Amino acid sequence: MIFFTTETPAWIVAPVVLPLIAGLFCFLFSHRTFSIALIAALLNFLAVCFLTRQLILFGPMHCHMGGWQPPLGITLRTDGPAVLMLLMTAVTGLGITLYARGYFSHRMVTPVRSDRHRQQQRYFWPLWMLLLAGLNGLFLSNDIFNLYVTLEIVGISAASLAALSGKPASLLASFRYLLVSLLGSLTYLLGVVFLYRSCGVLDLDLVQNLAGDGVEVRAALALLSVGLMLKTALVPLHFWLPPAHANALAPISVILSALVVKGSFYLLFRFWFEVFASIVTSSALNFMGTLGAIAILWGAIQAIRQHRLKLMVAYSTISQLGYLFIAFPLARVAGNAQLWSIVIFMALAHAFAKSAMFMAAGSVYLHLGHDRIKDISGVRSSLPITVFAYGIAGVSLMGLPPSGAFIAKWMLLSSSLASAQWWWALVVMSGSLLAMIYVFRVMSRFFVIPAGLPPDTTEPLSPLMEWPSLVLALISLFLGLLAPWPLLILAEGSTSLAQVFPGGMP
Amino acid sequence: MITTLLYSLTGMVLFGMGLFTLIVHSHPLRKILAVNVMATGVFLILVATAYIPFGKGAIDPVPHAMVLTGIVVSVSVTALALILACRLQETSNLDLRAKTKQSSNTKESGT
Repeated sequence: MIFFTTETPAWIVAPVVLPLIAGLFCFLFSHRTFSIALIAALLNFLAVCFLTRQLILFGPMHCHMGGWQPPLGITLRTDGPAVLMLLMTAVTGLGITLYARGYFSHRMVTPVRSDRHRQQQRYFWPLWMLLLAGLNGLFLSNDIFNLYVTLEIVGISAASLAALSGKPASLLASFRYLLVSLLGSLTYLLGVVFLYRSCGVLDLDLVQNLAGDGVEVRAALALLSVGLMLKTALVPLHFWLPPAHANALAPISVILSALVVKGSFYLLFRFWFEVFASIVTSSALNFMGTLGAIAILWGAIQAIRQHRLKLMVAYSTISQLGYLFIAFPLARVAGNAQLWSIVIFMALAHAFAKSAMFMAAGSVYLHLGHDRIKDISGVRSSLPITVFAYGIAGVSLMGLPPSGAFIAKWMLLSSSLASAQWWWALVVMSGSLLAMIYVFRVMSRFFVIPAGLPPDTTEPLSPLMEWPSLVLALISLFLGLLAPWPLLILAEGSTSLAQVFPGGMP
Repeated sequence: MITTLLYSLTGMVLFGMGLFTLIVHSHPLRKILAVNVMATGVFLILVATAYIPFGKGAIDPVPHAMVLTGIVVSVSVTALALILACRLQETSNLDLRAKTKQSSNTKESGT
């Protein structure tokens, strides 16, 4: 296996370039779009596996694009967290590609509006590939301005995808989404400008070394954070998320909810705990934790109050994103290593579980023609696999063992108790309880079979629409059992993360 | 120094004005223009960062490269936002027309 042991860092560009080329080809050969996208998603997965292998063998890697060194050139680099996020994107991306195929071919079967459905399918694939390239670039890039460009690529393709259904509600939601994402990127860009004025460099490693404790750097960090918080939909800035995610077509809701919000969060986390770790104060950390706590409770309560399944799942995303922020105030006690593992586990578990749940919701919507929670009784008998996937994804969202979210929540609980900040533990537990309420409220509806239910005459859903969601749900459930493996990658990724799990292992 | 400061402050004012309009006004076109004004403000600060008085050395090219990239991004985003706003206008007009048609139909059937 010489192939797998080469040390050349050039492979790092594959996850960015492959989907980009595939996106262009999707535009050119509009009748072969699915094959091209599937091949690209598979190759992307292989390339990411290869990068993971390289990381384990040789440690973190830097690749200077075009041979230009950092102050002038742009650097791509892999480390533990980046590779795990890439793996998350690649696996979920494969599932989404298959699911979207099933979704669009099912919609094309029905003769009503088949023109519009064909057009949607035609535009979906290139945009999805573009978004994949942007996300991979975001996880790999080590240049603060290049990150702005990837953020914009992700934002533009996500907003266009959200508009694809063409209904007035989704057009309005995606217009607002585009404006919010623009506002976020412009604020981010202003932060970059401030940073460039005070440091004169754009490479993240150099910024980390050169950024002092000055007012300008603090202002830059504040601007970068506000921009990214807006894109991550942290609570006071979350208003755009539910309509945009709930009104999009089913595969697109999955992409937006499982992957896109993670990109900006990942950046925010890197800035706070890696690049600017020295200037972050505990009051700022507590502030973020408080916003996260509000997000957990508010999102979950809103999810319970919704009457439509997809809106409920979208509000659940807001609640689950709160868990990522509630880890912030524990940084001083838990140490960077444990903080990274909490956050990465939470992000992975949420990505898999939420994609499974949105896929299930989309299948139910397509099967019934609506997603009103009070009228979805009896879906169990017609879509057993989908309902099973929904249930497992729900278990993972609640954080029951052995899901990945359980490990993350356990670490959250133990470090908050160890640091005598019991109020965070209280929020985490009540969040789980509320999650149980909104998951079971729908689950119980699935299982009720009303007396006068007419026999099922609708077209059966393609297996491509049911199995990816089940597989993703199972991955999220068993992530807890596979825990040592991602932790190994995380520990390999950075020398500063040598000590993983300093006590508190379940 | 004064020149840089003046241009930077102008940029900040533009950013603030754009932000204000974006939040306060509800018309889609105004919002798109507001975002453009904000972007111009940021670009102005960037260009001011690169300013060096004549004869005092070479100009730093990096901010200019960033502004160029930013302009490209801003143009494409504006195009996308405009097409979305147009489509929004069309569909909402259609809806409105359908509604007025419906109401006039019911009126006719009523009489």
